[in-house]
Amino acid sequence: MSAADVVIRAEGLGKEYRLGELQASYGTLRDSMVNAVKHLGRHERRKHEHIWALEDVSFELQRGEVLGLIGGNGAGKSTLLKLLTRIATPTRGTAEIRGRVGSLLEVGTGFHPELTGRENVYLNGAILGMKRREISARFDEIVEFSGVERFIDTPVKRYSSGMYVRLAFSVAAHLEPEVLLVDEVLAVGDAEFQRRCLGRMESLGEAGRTVIFVSHNMQTVSQLCDRAILLDQGRVVLDGDSADVVSRYLQSGLGSGSNRQWADDAAAPGDSLVRLLGARVVTDEGEVLGAVDVRQRFGIELRFRVLTHGEPVRPKFKLVDRRGDIAFNAWDIDHRWDSPTAPGVYTTTAWIPPNLLNEGLYSADVAVCSVSAPRLIHHFQERFALAFHVQDPGLGDTARGNYTGQWRGVVRPLLDWTVEEAG
Amino acid sequence: MATQLDSATAIDRLASPPLHDDRVTTIRPSSGRPRLDLRELWHYRELLGIFVWRDLAVRYKQTVVGVAWVVFQPVLLAVVYSAIFGRFAKFPSGGVWYPVFAFAGLLPMLYFGSALSAGANCLVANVNLVTKVYFPRIILPLSAVLTPIVDLLLGLLALAGLMTITGWLPGDLARALLAPAWLLLAFVAVLGPVLLLSALNVRYRDVPYVIPVFMQVLPLLSGVPFVFTDRLPSHWQWILSANPMTTVIAGYRWALFGTPAPTLPHAMLGVGVALGLLAVGFLYFRRAEPGFADQI
Repeated sequence: MSAADVVIRAEGLGKEYRLGELQASYGTLRDSMVNAVKHLGRHERRKHEHIWALEDVSFELQRGEVLGLIGGNGAGKSTLLKLLTRIATPTRGTAEIRGRVGSLLEVGTGFHPELTGRENVYLNGAILGMKRREISARFDEIVEFSGVERFIDTPVKRYSSGMYVRLAFSVAAHLEPEVLLVDEVLAVGDAEFQRRCLGRMESLGEAGRTVIFVSHNMQTVSQLCDRAILLDQGRVVLDGDSADVVSRYLQSGLGSGSNRQWADDAAAPGDSLVRLLGARVVTDEGEVLGAVDVRQRFGIELRFRVLTHGEPVRPKFKLVDRRGDIAFNAWDIDHRWDSPTAPGVYTTTAWIPPNLLNEGLYSADVAVCSVSAPRLIHHFQERFALAFHVQDPGLGDTARGNYTGQWRGVVRPLLDWTVEEAG
Repeated sequence: MATQLDSATAIDRLASPPLHDDRVTTIRPSSGRPRLDLRELWHYRELLGIFVWRDLAVRYKQTVVGVAWVVFQPVLLAVVYSAIFGRFAKFPSGGVWYPVFAFAGLLPMLYFGSALSAGANCLVANVNLVTKVYFPRIILPLSAVLTPIVDLLLGLLALAGLMTITGWLPGDLARALLAPAWLLLAFVAVLGPVLLLSALNVRYRDVPYVIPVFMQVLPLLSGVPFVFTDRLPSHWQWILSANPMTTVIAGYRWALFGTPAPTLPHAMLGVGVALGLLAVGFLYFRRAEPGFADQI
């Protein structure tokens, strides 16, 4: 790889926030004056707490690389994207970017409801950094692509939300950036649409686009990205092959693993009625499992405290595969949960039969909920609370038999087959 | 379903070969020193035009009578001024028929007022742009003070009509051609405060409350209802001249009607204050600019 192939070079990037700024608080002149008066006479300057949202981040990205950016909440992922898009200015360090930066954070930014579709294409295109000449040259393409030709001279306030997103997305898609920044949380569209978008991202790197992809979904990152950077408290903790980084992240306890415990205090997931204490993937003997043999029965154990004598609550979880598809939802239908649950600590385990799931990474979202017909009230719902691998030792006694190639499907049950041979 | 398929193909579009735009962007901490960077502004000139066009298009679409409002406001004010200041208080108008005199004076004043209120609010009003997309932020206040120029031009057209009908045509056509130069000073005079106030408004949301109060007294302190002459007490001449709009209005009425021109020292004070405010506003704006997205 020659130096010319380096699209992004970041050296020692750091961003310091004053705590007040992070909470988006803005004062009034009066507050400032009151403070100034308060501190008058005392020879101390008003002290601000400073935190480094990002510290000493360095990396290089080659043309065509697809980089996953992972880390918990507040790890600095969004801050890094803000610096790379130049929305925010770094406190320290430098970065060089070759070519135009586009991001799916910006879809529809600046769209004005009173203006027509045509006018908004020009407005939005200019805001995203396109020259008028470029927009004019691609205008027909943009419109055709969006599929709103008939309404292009109608104010977008009369558009359905689907048309609106399509037109906005079409403009962004014609920007043709060299570097594309995608934040999964902020991506547009419903879950199905997002899943499709992500599915197509794989091809981007091959076509020479450089992509930085921010996600909380470890499965997606290991699947889509060649490389991943793990941020924790604003620093680069790991940088390397995405599968390695993801698995080390999951094992490190920074992210979800197969044994999670929460302190029994208000910071734990929950509300005034129920509090999550722990979640584990366990064997029949109660041992924690990181990897599950597909032939083995295993349990999703959920420990929670009911704080007061309130309504009936019911433990629940959802298994999600690496593509983000829901394998299934489950809750305990036992009648003991029909009447108001007494205060105390409950440990429940749902047993998953052998030969049900396919191989690969699964995650579990765990919850405790109450039914308030027709709605379901979640006292907490912890996404990616648990993550574990399902493995097939390949001895021929599972649903895949002796075949070792790819085996599709969210589930992989071992079925009974009957056969009748005629004549 | 069609939506999703289309949008998914949009991602495919992104996969088409890149343009190999080799422009290198360097990201570094702000030096703390304000930068002029006219090259970058020039690069973004189309965006400036688009913002001006957007604000005009939106306004003229949302209002039924559109253009009429722009003329209605100075007409109404001119009538009120004529009744109170002209008839009742008998303010001097330098021999010009009072309604024409007042209407002419009100136009740059109204420009100043709408540019100031739109400009001071421009960053906060475009918060979704400021927090999501990069562009030199100074484009927003610039477009906010450029947009009402269109209203001013429409008002001037109405003034030309009024002057033709009433027969108050400029005595000296060559001198009348100097009128735009004075109006340019109004642009400079409002740009400085707008830069300062829009940046302050990011931190302190008091700004929009202060402006209407200020705009109530400014016409009186700019000599809109009376002619600026040496018959005013000397210290009052100096106080009024410290306000650049006094120079604007006196100078432009001189160009149109031949009423007394501001004296050179008075004009220099007005121009000096306008340029000083511009420098302060620009420096403060550029200094605060890197932090807008974090603070807004």
